[in-house]
Amino acid sequence: MKIQKRTIALCIYFGFLFLPIYWMLNMSLRTNADILGNFALFPVDLTFHNYINIFTDHTWYLAYIHAIRYVSYNTILSLLFALPAAYAFSRYKFLGDGQMFFWFLTNRMAPPAVFLLPYLQLYGTLNLIDTHIAVALAHCLFNVPLAIWILEGFMSGIPKEIDETAFIDGYSFPRFFITIFIPLIRAGVGVTAFFCFMFSWVELLFARTLTITEAKPITAHMTRTISATGLDWGLLAAAGVLTIVPGALVIWFVRNYMAKGFALGRV
Amino acid sequence: MEKWQNNKAWFLVLPAFIIVAFSAIIPLMTVVNYSIQDIFGPGESVFVGTEWFEEMLSNYRLHDALWRQFMFSGLVLLIEIPLGIMIALAMPKRGWGVSACLVSLALPLVIPWNVIGTIWIIFTRPDIGLFGVGINSLGLLGDTFDHTARPLYAWITVLIMEVWHWTPLVALLCYAGLRAIPEAYYEAARIDGASSWATFRYIQLPKMRGVLTIAVLLRWMDSFLIYSEIFTLTGGGPGNTTTFLSIYLVKLATMQFDLGPAAAFSLIYFVIVLLFCFAFYQALLNVGKGEKV
Repeated sequence: MKIQKRTIALCIYFGFLFLPIYWMLNMSLRTNADILGNFALFPVDLTFHNYINIFTDHTWYLAYIHAIRYVSYNTILSLLFALPAAYAFSRYKFLGDGQMFFWFLTNRMAPPAVFLLPYLQLYGTLNLIDTHIAVALAHCLFNVPLAIWILEGFMSGIPKEIDETAFIDGYSFPRFFITIFIPLIRAGVGVTAFFCFMFSWVELLFARTLTITEAKPITAHMTRTISATGLDWGLLAAAGVLTIVPGALVIWFVRNYMAKGFALGRV
Repeated sequence: MEKWQNNKAWFLVLPAFIIVAFSAIIPLMTVVNYSIQDIFGPGESVFVGTEWFEEMLSNYRLHDALWRQFMFSGLVLLIEIPLGIMIALAMPKRGWGVSACLVSLALPLVIPWNVIGTIWIIFTRPDIGLFGVGINSLGLLGDTFDHTARPLYAWITVLIMEVWHWTPLVALLCYAGLRAIPEAYYEAARIDGASSWATFRYIQLPKMRGVLTIAVLLRWMDSFLIYSEIFTLTGGGPGNTTTFLSIYLVKLATMQFDLGPAAAFSLIYFVIVLLFCFAFYQALLNVGKGEKV
């Protein structure tokens, strides 16, 4: 009886979780006139009109590709820079290590709004405005610290004796790191990549500010549509649904590591 | 684990330091620069010292935004933490249900933040939204539920959105914490005939202390920085009733171009965040120590 009550409560919660998403899906499968004219719990005249619109309009689908591009750059950059740093934090005591770790963390907690104007100036001076790399670099502000934090957790779980044995066997540090150590923490690398992907994908403020047309992501493109075309709800909903898809795919791949990643990685 | 003492480890940290410093320290210097000058245009500026800081510290709008922010973040924690724990406790422990639950829980976390706002606009609008239309047709409220009209409804909508968006994170963390408890603890509790409340109070809750600290830290900090979702949903309105710190700051900086005051505000904001960050960091370190003993 007790277990049943729990299951029912859980089902109610998941109902609450999925209803808003379902509602957007419902809207995306109807025309704007239909949305404003009739209230319906499910699409009566099913139409893929909105999706066809997005996939045939290059400003829309390019915006989608832009987002995927800078998110990938950011994930790769974050991992490349965070891996050695996380190794240092997990294995060595060095001058100012605690302070350094804290300083990294403060950047994960820094309000993005604070950095908005300086970024425009900084990237403007470097002629990087409206490039994918600008957004990728800006997102490193919070993703590198996050990656260090998660990876350090995973690396601390690997006994130090492995390093020692490898060094005695004559491995150089880079060779040991790439051929032995990274394969050992590949689950951690996967989880880290997931979180970098996720936080770069969901961020809007930097992505919108640092891009004009050439690297404008789909999320920023959506906000422009809201103000410009007098709210085409169907189109907006379809774009929204499409932004959920990459995230959902990535979750599916890392689902088995996720709970572990949250615990070990201390995200 | 005993660590090796070696200052050469700095070379491993250096690349990460440089890339983060590029995005953090240089811009922060610019902000400091703005905050002590009055800028009229390119190359024209006057040193004004602490004037902007004094102006911002006595600015009632900033005080209001700060109060709203504390209210909001406090309420968010009060709702999300217990709810998250309850969900984690109710989740299945083995079988296909685990994967299904984890994937569903993670879904709101990967939705872009302004899309979160869009979802909730579509869901709560009184003309096309399921929630808006549903609650109005029940007719319990006495007036129309419209988050653009009444501050109370705007707050309710914003809070539900925030709870919807981030409770899964708390639940996932708690679930990870629960899974780390060895089965032997539960067996001991069963032998002692402990009630489920006692099991929760004396086994599960203490064992979840670490993950709960992280959950509180993350939720407090992130709700303190919230911008895109609320900007999309309410734009800070009606009036200024849902204008939290970030929204006010962006308004000040990009819409009114009050660079000096905005920069001073940024620094004040940053210091507040830094203080919290430090307090939580200490708490985290202490939790770690407690577990090792």
